[in-house]
Amino acid sequence: MDLIRIKNVDKRYKNGVTAIYDLNLAIEKGSFVFVIGSSGSGKSTLIKMLYREEKPTKGQVIVGGLDVAKLKNKKVYKLRRKLGIVFQDYRLLPKLTVYENVAFALECIGEKKDIIRTKVLKALEDVGLKNKVHEYPGNLSGGEQQRVAIARAIVNDPKLLLCDEPTGNLDPEKSMEIMKVLESINKSRGTTIIMATHDKEIVNRMKKQVITLKDGHLVKFKQKGTYVE
Amino acid sequence: MKLFRMLGRSIRDAIKSVIRNFSLSLASISCITITLIIVSVALIASFNVQNFTEAIEKDMTIVVFLENEANEDDVKKVEQEIKSISNVEKYTYQTKQEVKEKMQEESEVFNAVLDNWEDKDSPLKDTFQVKIKEITAIKNTAEKIEKIDKVSIVRYGEGMVDKMVKAFSSIQKITYGIVIALVIVTVFLIINTIKLTISARKREIGIMRLVGASNLTIKIPFIIEGMILGLFGSIVPVLVTTYGYLAFYEHFDGYLYSKLIQLIKPEPFIYQTSLIIVGIGILVGMIGSASAVKKYLKI
Ligand SMILES: Nc1ncnc2c1ncn2[C@@H]1O[C@H](COP(=O)(O)OP(=O)(O)OP(=O)(O)O)[C@@H](O)[C@H]1O
Ligand SMILES: [Mg+2]
Repeated sequence: MDLIRIKNVDKRYKNGVTAIYDLNLAIEKGSFVFVIGSSGSGKSTLIKMLYREEKPTKGQVIVGGLDVAKLKNKKVYKLRRKLGIVFQDYRLLPKLTVYENVAFALECIGEKKDIIRTKVLKALEDVGLKNKVHEYPGNLSGGEQQRVAIARAIVNDPKLLLCDEPTGNLDPEKSMEIMKVLESINKSRGTTIIMATHDKEIVNRMKKQVITLKDGHLVKFKQKGTYVE
Repeated sequence: MKLFRMLGRSIRDAIKSVIRNFSLSLASISCITITLIIVSVALIASFNVQNFTEAIEKDMTIVVFLENEANEDDVKKVEQEIKSISNVEKYTYQTKQEVKEKMQEESEVFNAVLDNWEDKDSPLKDTFQVKIKEITAIKNTAEKIEKIDKVSIVRYGEGMVDKMVKAFSSIQKITYGIVIALVIVTVFLIINTIKLTISARKREIGIMRLVGASNLTIKIPFIIEGMILGLFGSIVPVLVTTYGYLAFYEHFDGYLYSKLIQLIKPEPFIYQTSLIIVGIGILVGMIGSASAVKKYLKI
């Protein structure tokens, strides 16, 4: 079954720039998809429309049965609870420990303390950070901080994990560590993963589905793709 | 359960940020304090004024003296006219004979003096005693009665009551003006305090939004913060109100100038006033923070 369905979507920003032209896509549950393309091709815009940071100007974006374009501002949280999001810049709270940062996501939605504890420890185990639970983000390497962010994104067991250049700030070695973590989440939890990147090496090594954008147009959607300019 | 957990978190966050933005919080709290002290003085004054104007109103009478030569027909005409004035609640009529008897009953001296007067040179007159509905219109009503044919003199507690009612009403108007101005300044200060909190927590708010916190969950800590400022700001005014009024009441033995102007008994009056003060404080805090949240929390 399709988790995401995008139909005839145009995205035009207020300043007149059109970032996406007539996009049609269907993404199956459980898949691992890269979104590639040169800078300004519309990767981030596509991701943003999936978590309703931006609304499509035209067309339909359906995520897990929710029509994102029609979702009222007040109801956005319902969509957000179904997905996890990871950014290039980690977005952790520096005054909270690793544990607290991950727990924060569950506290915000009013989860019970004992459930929070179980879920947080499981998520931290999944990203391989069980031994750094009480550290502060400032004492961690970039790769470790990104793993905390991933743990926070998956702690509520979302159907969909969106990643916008999660390895953008990391060296190749750390990047591959992150990719291993993401792959194991995709396999063990069955989480659908969509990752925007311009890291050729990663895309070529992982052999996953690849969506290629160029100036806002979809040029290719391949099953076991590689990076093509 | 979930509600309590969220509420507990919100209150904790709110108190933390009151402490973090201490100086601006203190400014807001002081402003609320000053406002509420004035509000409470105004409240106490106006409740008391209302209390004793009601009391005075109850036994406020206009005494209407008729001219000496008024005959029975004239009396009937005057009666008709008094009856037709809308502010008149009820009236009684006494002939000069009845007045004389009443006075003689009341005093031995009058008894002796009045006995010697013949009816024609008696200084006493036929009188109407008129009770009215609305004390603020007493002057107007008295003037109307005075214009009636065969009415010689009209008396009511002109001086004091009239002036007092006027003075109180202008004092009240001035106080309302000051209170409104202060409330505006206070709300403005609260908006700025909350704005600071919001900007200090921008990152956190962004993350909350990403992980699926509802808008209400995000807003509530800030609203609670405003309410806490209001609550803290009402502590001093409540103490001032309570002890101030008790001392005032005891100093004046419960009435002003004459027994006519009774003060309201402190209990339960001061508790009710305190409750109103705290209520206003929290409300003002809430209004301030709610508008700050609306303005600066782009969610
Ligand atoms: N908020 C915005 N307002 C106006 N224009 C925008 C906005 N965000 C992006 N754009 C424009 O839309 C186009 C696509 O931008 P987008 O961020 O989606 O590209 P990208 O593929 O993520 O690029 P990069 O690899 O550099 O991150 C660009 O031309 C960009 O200038
Ligand atoms: Mg981008």
